Parts: sequence; C-alpha cells; structure tokens
Amino acid sequence: MRNMFAKTFHEAAKLDERLCMIVADISPAGAMNEFRKEFPRRFINTGVAEQIMIGMAAGMSIQGLKPFAYTIATFALYRPFEFIRDDLCYQNLPVTVVGIGGGVTYSTLGSTHHAQEDIAVACAIPNLRVLAPCDPEETKSATQWCINQEEGPVYLRLGKAGEPMLGNDQSDLFVYGKLRYLSRGRDVAIIGYGPILKMGFECAQIISKQGKTCSIISAHTIKPLDIDGIVKMLETHETIIVIEEMIPRGGLSDSIRILAYEKDIKCRIEVFTLKDKFTHIYGSHADILNSHGLALRNVINKIGCV
Amino acid sequence: MTKKKPNFDQLAARIRCVSYRKRILEISQRVSALHVAPAFSCIEIVDLIYSSLMKVSGVSKEIGDSFLMSKGHGCMAQYVVLEALGILPKEELDRYCTPEGILGAHPDRGNPGIIASTGSLGHGLGLAVGMAYAEKLKKTNCKIFALLSDGELQEGSSWEAAMMAANLKLDNLIIFIDANDFGGMNRMSETHCAFYPLRDKFDSFGWISAEVDGHDGLAMKNEYLKRKREKPFVIICNTIKGKGVSFMENVPIWHYRSPDKNEYLQAVAELEGGLQ
Repeated sequence: MRNMFAKTFHEAAKLDERLCMIVADISPAGAMNEFRKEFPRRFINTGVAEQIMIGMAAGMSIQGLKPFAYTIATFALYRPFEFIRDDLCYQNLPVTVVGIGGGVTYSTLGSTHHAQEDIAVACAIPNLRVLAPCDPEETKSATQWCINQEEGPVYLRLGKAGEPMLGNDQSDLFVYGKLRYLSRGRDVAIIGYGPILKMGFECAQIISKQGKTCSIISAHTIKPLDIDGIVKMLETHETIIVIEEMIPRGGLSDSIRILAYEKDIKCRIEVFTLKDKFTHIYGSHADILNSHGLALRNVINKIGCV
Repeated sequence: MTKKKPNFDQLAARIRCVSYRKRILEISQRVSALHVAPAFSCIEIVDLIYSSLMKVSGVSKEIGDSFLMSKGHGCMAQYVVLEALGILPKEELDRYCTPEGILGAHPDRGNPGIIASTGSLGHGLGLAVGMAYAEKLKKTNCKIFALLSDGELQEGSSWEAAMMAANLKLDNLIIFIDANDFGGMNRMSETHCAFYPLRDKFDSFGWISAEVDGHDGLAMKNEYLKRKREKPFVIICNTIKGKGVSFMENVPIWHYRSPDKNEYLQAVAELEGGLQ
C-alpha cells in the first residue's frame, strides 16, 4: 500500500509543483525515494519531531502549497495530536496526514507502534475526513482523491507493504464518501475498512458453503460515513458482519449499530474489533490480531449458521 | 559594509502606541477579561513590524510579507494596529467578544489581517517555519514575521521548530520574542532559571540573534537592519508586562483582568501624561 501511495503521489507531483512531502525520520523506501531524488526540496524530513512536521505542513498550506505529512500512524496522529487539531483542523487546511501501519500492523514492535485507536481519535476532530483503503488499488484512488481535494484536512490510514488486491472487475469504483461493494450478495453483508477486509473474503467463502451469498463492502471513507449507504445495506441484508481493526468504540461498528437503532432496522449485527487493551505479545500481524480475538475462526464460531 | 540608518520617527511611534493602548483600555471597559498586560508588553513590537518592516500589511492571501501572532493572547495589540491600518473595521473591535462580532480573545484565521488561528502556545513558530519554507520553494523574497512570548518558548514544540528553521536556513524568517518575564503566574526568571540565558540557546540552535529594549522601536529596527543573512533571525525584546500603566506593570493579575472605571481613568491619564 505504501508503495502504491508513494508511486501515485510521485506521479501527481510531476504535474503539480505545490505537492510536498514532509516526513518525520521514516526511511523513504521504494517509490518515495524516487520522489525525493527528483524533487529534493519538496521532500522535507523534520527528523524525530512530529509536532514540527504538522506545524510546517500547516504553514506551507497557509502559503498555498499542498503538503502531505507522512510517518508511522501512531506518531503521525498521537504525538502531534493538538497540532493536527489546532493547526490543521481548526484552520481547515487541506493537508493530508498519512499514517502508515494502521491498526496492529507493526506486530513485533509493541503497543507504542499500534495505531489501534486512530480511527476513533481522528473521527472525533471536526473538519478531519478519515480514509482507510483496503488494498493497493483503493490506496491509489484514495491518494488521488487526497491530492485533488482542497477543502480541508484528511487522515489517510494505510497498512504497510505486500497487502493483496481485494477488489476485482466486478467491484464498484472508488467514490469518496460512498460505500464500495467489492462483491454483491443477497444475504450477508461483510463490511470493514483497511487490509483486514481480507478476512471478510475468507469468511464469505465459508458462508457461501451454507448456500448464502455475501456482499463484501469497503467503508474506505469512515468520515464522513455514507449514511444512506449504510441504511440501505442494513435494509437489504439479514445479517451484518463488521470487521474492524480498531478498538470497540468510536469507529464503524458503533456507527452501524447506532444507525440500525435510530432507523429501527431489525437485522442481525455482529461486530469483530480489537479489544480495548494493550497487548504484550509479539509475532505476525495475524498473531496480534488473534490476541485481540480478531481471527477467522472466532468470526465463524460467533456467527455460526447464518 | 555601509551602515544603514533606520528611517524611524520615534515621536510618531510613541503617539501611535499611546493611542493603541488607550483603544485597548477603552475596549476593556466592555469585557471582563482582555489580556491587557500581555498586549501592552508587545505594542511597540507590533507597531514596528506593521509600520516599518512589512512590505504589505499582512492581509491574508495578498502577496507580500506576512505577520503571525504566535502569542495569541496578545492579539489586542494586533487588532488595534489592524484597525488603525483600516484592515479591521472599527465596528468589529467595538463588537469584540460578542456573538454579533467576529473577533475573540485569540486570533481566528479568516478574519481580516489574521493569517493563522493561534491561542494554544508553542504553535506559531512551527507555522511560521512552514510559511517561510513555502516562500523559499516559491522563490519569492517574502518574509515571515512572527511574535512569540517568552513563556511559549517553554513548549518543546517551539524548539523543534527553532531547530528546523536553522536546518532549512530560513533567512526570510524573523521572530520577535516578547520577553516580559511573566507567564500566567509569576516571573520565569525566578521560577525557571534554566530558561536563561535565552539568547545563547538560539545562537546554539543556529540562529542569528539580537537582544534589545522591546519598547524602543528605533533600537529594534536598527538590529533588524543590521542583521546578518543566511540564517533565521530572532530579536529578544525585553519588555514590561502592562507597560505604560504603573499599577499594571509586572503585576500578574493584569494578565487577565480588565480595569474598573477608576482604574481605567487613571490608566488613560498616565498614558496621556507620558506623552507630555
């Protein structure tokens, strides 16, 4: 995902000289290094200093440039939180804050590197739009949208590298602010955002053996959420499965349940999220998800026969 | 090197600054909290920047130099100068801190002449660094002026920004420190002695520095004109919080409080007396 992001950014930067990249001591691997080589003055490394990364991005935006601030999600969002709130969001400046390694991607690095509350934190700030694409192709579309918009700040949550492509020819195109059906079914809707949506496909395979068909939906725009799209999803599927690599509160799961309650829509809603805890376990990404109870077998066990 | 003689009318500046202070006191009679003293400590600095240093009077989105009020709580000093320049309408200052108006006790981006929303301390220098670097990328000669309080230099973010300004060799960044020695509580020189010497800290961070009386416009302008280039420039302006009114000077309560009627009359009399 990060390579697709960097490649997309680099291509756009050739045409728009206002695009700048500000990083905080993160090695510019792959395509990002290509951008750095071609436009050294538009690539700024503030060092291990995230407050100035955001402050500079805001100042450059005030003077008419289009900066992206880029580092590991916890350091992109948590360390300079008040700078994002006051400098970017209060002033409604079109700066994109890119968080790499959303969720528990950095599975061997401990909870200092786990952006497990980032969506809740980001969604709480007025004016901040929140995007979390599920695969490299969606990352490309989301990045292009961030590049082309000038309305205000965005938090763009990405994974790391090597994520599989989840969409296919049958999938909807990416439209900002709209749910994206990666596949359509009649009985069960599996909805989520980010690379963990891969688990949705695995889940759908098992469910299909029971004669049920599944919609798999990427809610890449978490804020503003596609309210009409969520209501329609609730009305047209008997079972909803929400898979979210984020803490249980303040994210997509809450929004869906609240909407179902407000609209008085009777359908079965099962949510699978990270737990409200820090882990002290190190291993693969799947190991950490598993330690939070976010594993395919748990989803299947919980939903049983749909 | 030839010595530049600053063109600066000291008497005219004194008259302007008394009128600015009187206008702030007048507005103070309509609101309970106004940050009178932190505005009074930086009147001469703001006046100098707008009257003598900036090429364009800081109007948002215009091409030209920019001024950023990092010590947002001192914004009355900026408001009254912007009013005198015709950038902020008088009616808006009269509606200060009321639901009918647009001006609050901290600067709000989008208001006439206000380029950034400040109020939370330790933000302005980072913004100014980004603004100055943007002008470098755009290959303009525009300068970014910023006014910081000494208190907000206690924020670590100010030093992240100070380092980055030097790393990027931002010689188009000029900052004034309103060194009135007071935070909201007491004298920093008594409670936070490791803060000093301040000038050495900037020097060691790769800045060009000067230290002057912050109520002496001529001295500040002189330092500005003779500064060396190729590095960001800081003028540490030694000031008196509440300057110009005897009972306000260096008395912490006036960080927030507005004067009552009698205090107001005495303050105006002192300011007018100071001109004679």
